[in-house]
Amino acid sequence: MNTPLLQLSGLTKAYPGVIANKNVSFDIERGEVHALLGENGAGKSTLVKTIYGLVEPDSGTMLLEGQPFIPGEPRAARAAGIAMVFQHFSLFDAMNVAENIALGMENPPPQREIAAQVRAMSDQYGLPLDPDRIVGELSAGERQRVEIIRCLLQDPKLLIMDEPTSVLTPQEVAILFETLRKLSAEGTAILYISHKLEEIRTLCDKATVLRMGEVVGTCDPRATSAREMAELMVGSTLHVPEKPERPAGDVVLTLHGLSAAAPHRFGTALKEINLEVREGEILGIGGVAGNGQDELVAALSGEMRVRAAMLHYKNRDIGRLSPNRRRKIGVLTAPEERIGHAAAPDMSLTENTVLTAATRQELTSRGFVHWAKARAFAEGVIGGFDVRTPGPDNAARSLSGGNLQKFVIGREVMQNPDVLVVNQPTWGVDAAAAAAIRQALLDLAAKGAAVIVISQDLDELMEIADRFAALNEGRLSAPRPAKGLTVEEIGLMLGGAHDMEVAHVAE
Amino acid sequence: MDLSAINPVLLLASLMVAATPILLAAIGELVVERAGVLNLGVEGMMITGAVCGFVVAVNSGSPWLGFLGAAAGGAGLALIFGGLTQFLLSNQVATGLALTLFGLGLSALVGQGYIGIKAPAFPDWHIPLLGDIPIIGPIIFQHDPMVYVGLIFVAGVWAFLTYSRLGLVLRAVGENHEAAHALGYDVIKVRLAAIIFGGACAGLGGAYLSLVRVPQWTEGMTAGAGWIALAIVVFASWRPWRLLLGAYLFGGITVLQLNLQAAGSALPVEYLSMTPYLATIAVLVIMRSGRAPGALGQIFHASR
Repeated sequence: MNTPLLQLSGLTKAYPGVIANKNVSFDIERGEVHALLGENGAGKSTLVKTIYGLVEPDSGTMLLEGQPFIPGEPRAARAAGIAMVFQHFSLFDAMNVAENIALGMENPPPQREIAAQVRAMSDQYGLPLDPDRIVGELSAGERQRVEIIRCLLQDPKLLIMDEPTSVLTPQEVAILFETLRKLSAEGTAILYISHKLEEIRTLCDKATVLRMGEVVGTCDPRATSAREMAELMVGSTLHVPEKPERPAGDVVLTLHGLSAAAPHRFGTALKEINLEVREGEILGIGGVAGNGQDELVAALSGEMRVRAAMLHYKNRDIGRLSPNRRRKIGVLTAPEERIGHAAAPDMSLTENTVLTAATRQELTSRGFVHWAKARAFAEGVIGGFDVRTPGPDNAARSLSGGNLQKFVIGREVMQNPDVLVVNQPTWGVDAAAAAAIRQALLDLAAKGAAVIVISQDLDELMEIADRFAALNEGRLSAPRPAKGLTVEEIGLMLGGAHDMEVAHVAE
Repeated sequence: MDLSAINPVLLLASLMVAATPILLAAIGELVVERAGVLNLGVEGMMITGAVCGFVVAVNSGSPWLGFLGAAAGGAGLALIFGGLTQFLLSNQVATGLALTLFGLGLSALVGQGYIGIKAPAFPDWHIPLLGDIPIIGPIIFQHDPMVYVGLIFVAGVWAFLTYSRLGLVLRAVGENHEAAHALGYDVIKVRLAAIIFGGACAGLGGAYLSLVRVPQWTEGMTAGAGWIALAIVVFASWRPWRLLLGAYLFGGITVLQLNLQAAGSALPVEYLSMTPYLATIAVLVIMRSGRAPGALGQIFHASR
């Protein structure tokens, strides 16, 4: 065959103290769906940023269709036919879809023409989108469609996708995959980055694995098991969380018709949620972001007060108790956002410990903080959860996402809660750290605590949850035993993909 | 009180003149804020513009050169702000406040030898035909050229933000600088250009006070006009035509209360002098203010 579309050879990029990429070489063929695998910090982002012209490599060369390719800036990369869909969407909330798309193009035609092109493109690829809507009002799936269409309008030769499915329902993922397969059949190469190994096995033709900035292997994902790929990424045998069989205990927490108005304009109202959680069980709550997860966590943590009788814990009503009083009696919460909600970014880990553990661990007396005790507790969390940081005096911001997540979850788990509510415990965390967090939650339940895990990662919920329920527009489905649930059943419980027609793609 | 002493045609005519300094400063600040930068140094840039414009005009004898000098002076001061906030990543609020204090001091120093001198005359235009229309002619079409320059700036900024590619990029930078950077736009370059434009506009506004409205140089002569310009940007929800409305409202009430003072109103002068500020604040609170640019006041650094 002729030359590959993109040849990378010997790419190296060092930052002060870290080598992000070390002598990375591989080829991407035309029309190939190529997976890029690796843990957090393995150098995937640096590599794609190099291809997209956001990072300049220290050494190494790239050949695009046999010609030397050195994009000094994203514009040059786009002009050469490289497009990228970002992990954190690079969209402008206050602008409409057409304006957002115009910003990603080199020589955009007038708005009216863009609108027409968007309509044509969305019909062709089965991605419904209205060019006049304001992006801030769109769902995560729709926002992703804006990014994809923005890329497709440039007729790219290579489309880079960074973690595209983390915010989508199974049905939306199916539609995205149809679109990507159609693109690849038309000759567009796709560089696909994801933590979700099963997805890579269904979608990709080839996989390159990075570890510590180096290519450690390539494989055919269709012929390799997810476990083998994970072990290639981690470089050691992966510890898969073990779920022991255990009898369910007494009911500790009951939600009686929990209802609450939406706390702000873009919030979701909670509608008549009934639920019983037992000692020693893990209850998994799935659902697409924005269906009431944040509000449910706020109601359970005490950040949002509800009527007293709506929440019943052991033998008392706790709906009106403040977060600290709930902590005192054993109801603890680890919210989703690590930076800003679960941790104050510029404060040290010790100080962050005091913020939630002061009551239960008696880190204060008469209004004074026992710093030595707080520090010791923080060190305990760091040791117990393998948080990689020089010490408890480091600012929360300085930790990588996965490490901070381990700290935030560990801080609550080490307080021996009777009820623990966690939201997105392993979001954006690599395989090894995710396994450790899940194991900690399983261990906690084994010790008799009731654990509520809210997550968008269905594989995770299936792995650890005893029972599964779905949140959809503020309503909670009746929980069902997690064992034996199929993906289709879960999809139906989640309410399906909104305004999507499954696999309705023009051939 | 003798209300008959107030001539409504003259009142409306002086409204446009009274509003022009604030309008010029505010339209510049609007562009700066749409690019995501909060420059609280408008007052300092205005007064610097006032003194630079006055000095250049007196020495050259040409008010036009004076306005050019004023724009350069305001832009120069804004460039200090731009360097500090965009390259040295200093806090925008603190830097802006410092800029105001610096501008007030600097202008007093520069203007020392110019107190009590009269500025060269800047004649009104009598626009043929339109200026001859009874009533409307004297109100709208018999002003000095800078009044119309202000209006052209408002229309120009509106068209720039709404229709031009660069305007779209500028709004994108102000809305989400991380995303704009990821798409390959030079956030710092766009912001510096906006800051310089904002400074030049504030300088023109200041010079309008020292060359046309007063017209001489006194220390601290802007007397809070820069702060009002800042408030009007917010009141206008960062939209140019609403900004024009806000500036005319403030200008109108200023002129009206001056006329009432002259007519011997029973209300004490202190209360009358308060009214433009009170009315502007009241309107600011009552009108539902729109959404601020998403990245307003945030420091941008490419590595984060």
